[in-house]
Amino acid sequence: MKIHEYQAKELMKQRGLAVPIGRVAHTVDEAVEAVRPLVEASGNPVVVVKSQIHAGGRGKGRFVEHPEVAGVNVVTAGIKGGLKATEERVRELAKAMLGSTLVTIQTGGAGKQVNRLYIEQGIDIDRELYLSVVLDRSTGRNVVMASTEGGMDIEEVAHSAPEKILRESVDPSVGLLDFQARRLAFALGLTGDAHKNGARFIRALSALATDLDTDMVEINPLVVTKSGQVMALDGKMSFDNNALFRHKDLIEMRDLTEEDSAEVEASKFGLSFIKLEGTIGCLVNGAGLAMATMDTIKQVGGEPANFLDVGGGATTENVTAAFKIITRDPNVKGIFVNIFGGIMKCDTIANGVVEAVHQVGLQVPLVVRLEGTNVALGKKIIDESGLNVVSASDMKDGARKIVELAGGAK
Amino acid sequence: MSVLVDLNTRLIVQGLGEAGAFHTDKAIAYGTNVVGAVRPGKSGQAVRFEGVTDHSGVPGRSDNYQVDVPSYDTVRAAVEATNANATVLFVPPPFAADAIMEAAEAGVKLIVTITEGIPIGDMVKVKRYLTGKDVRLVGPNCPGVITPHQCKIGIMPGYIHQRGRIGVVSRSGTLTYEAVKQLTDAGLGQTTAVGIGGDPVNGTNFIDVLELFNADPATEGVIMIGEIGGSAEEEAAAWIGANMRKPVASFIAGTTAPPGKRMGHAGAIISGGQGTAGEKIKALEGAGVVVAATPSDMSSAMLEAMRRAGIA
Repeated sequence: MKIHEYQAKELMKQRGLAVPIGRVAHTVDEAVEAVRPLVEASGNPVVVVKSQIHAGGRGKGRFVEHPEVAGVNVVTAGIKGGLKATEERVRELAKAMLGSTLVTIQTGGAGKQVNRLYIEQGIDIDRELYLSVVLDRSTGRNVVMASTEGGMDIEEVAHSAPEKILRESVDPSVGLLDFQARRLAFALGLTGDAHKNGARFIRALSALATDLDTDMVEINPLVVTKSGQVMALDGKMSFDNNALFRHKDLIEMRDLTEEDSAEVEASKFGLSFIKLEGTIGCLVNGAGLAMATMDTIKQVGGEPANFLDVGGGATTENVTAAFKIITRDPNVKGIFVNIFGGIMKCDTIANGVVEAVHQVGLQVPLVVRLEGTNVALGKKIIDESGLNVVSASDMKDGARKIVELAGGAK
Repeated sequence: MSVLVDLNTRLIVQGLGEAGAFHTDKAIAYGTNVVGAVRPGKSGQAVRFEGVTDHSGVPGRSDNYQVDVPSYDTVRAAVEATNANATVLFVPPPFAADAIMEAAEAGVKLIVTITEGIPIGDMVKVKRYLTGKDVRLVGPNCPGVITPHQCKIGIMPGYIHQRGRIGVVSRSGTLTYEAVKQLTDAGLGQTTAVGIGGDPVNGTNFIDVLELFNADPATEGVIMIGEIGGSAEEEAAAWIGANMRKPVASFIAGTTAPPGKRMGHAGAIISGGQGTAGEKIKALEGAGVVVAATPSDMSSAMLEAMRRAGIA
């Protein structure tokens, strides 16, 4: 689960990590009203207006409706014109940004609608650094990564100058140790107050990552101010969905408008679903088999319309819901049910499919391949249902049949 | 011969809920020696499993089975009473990490964790806890381990397996079944099939199992099934190139997966251009592995690899 920048900063602030002062705005008026208290509290006439979407690259992004406006805008009008000038400029920007579509390198061509803005104090930046905490799969531990190349695309840095990325592995039994945080702070070239503040920030961020079960937390840039403060100018966080059961407060931060509605509905039924661009709907058990089914459809000349793993513990009701989600997609010209039952029983799948067809009908060809636990019972249920189902002997056979029935290979 | 499990395996079950009971019944029907269950607060109460044997499992068994599995409050008590050397976990995700560590502390040599959805942070702690202990964790989020006609631990359908010559190791449960069925249909059979699970932090990895198969005289070739995400397949490819004395075939799922989307498994995600199927296939082919174009071609890829090695 991803959250917005302003929510990530709120979580950091709660834990004593330094962040700029800011306010979230859902309307133009809220954006304008945010300015005065910010300027008064910070004593700085500069504010920043930032689009809040679940995608990076906002600074270089542009709005479809207003190509002259960037996703993030520094408002300096107040330096000469005072508070009124800042408020006017923020009003203009908020009008252009709210409700408009922001396209960045991470949103894809369609872009994302901006529904929230974050208005933040301007910061007198001395240096820009990079800091993140991610899982290192090779060691099975979190790793804290830091770099002097703040503000840059870190994957680009990892490619062109890997020596500029510093790493400290976190032993889960003791957490990131003081000396590790100090070592990173020294390597980042921090001295004096900035060193002390930096080491403290690094250690607190590592603890936050463990305590909140983050998948990823990335501060890019982490800035050093002229007065030696170390603070998060940006903040990206995502959380391990499997751990959300113990973080009720985080679940409340979920913004469903940022997620695909079919994927959200699928998740309510314990289904893992991803919408794709093709015409062959897939209903499969197991993530590996679901991916392999997509690959096989493509191999025989078709294009999958989705990834769908019904999981191991699905009930007839879940399977019915899965079938409905697939058939709702107008691009779907055929459906391939591919099941190799282990923990999932074939009769559960069969009952779910039959029930769904009774509820919503069947407008497109359906190919079913069943194998594994309770396979005989599953086949019997399908046979006796009277449904117009084509059965397949194996995965490739099923993929060929459904691609053929759905109008042939391209 | 085989790896990890055989007729000497004495299994206990942790998490005898609905799914746990269903698959314990299937394991007993197969002939697995289930010696106890850990059910805190219910020690002394035996659970009866009975039914009709389909004779796809351990040979020479009667048509019916009836087994009373005794319950214990703790893993330690179960091990002391039964001398168990393996455990299988169906414990729900919030409690699974604790159950794994309890089994490790009690000295159970083989811990097979079926549970899907354990928080990654919990597995990070588990991995640390297991360091230096003489135990092996398989999983989590895996189908388990089976040596055909000897011992079935987990959720795989037993009837598709056939005692034979090929070792199977896989990150994906259902794709393991695909490979197994093809090997059975092709008359090659399996020595042991091991599901290592699709989570980013797990116990046993590809290389661990490849080492076991390399040393097992009965295993003549290996099918290794991977998927997008992480670099375990690339690491395995490097190991195979340097150490493997037996032919290896492979399939990598997710050639068509879009980047940035988690494909069901917590570990199956292409991020930052890393972990793509293309890179993995290239690494494996570079190590002499025959990679199947579709999952329906796994047994023919195995035969091709054996032909190249001059043993088929």
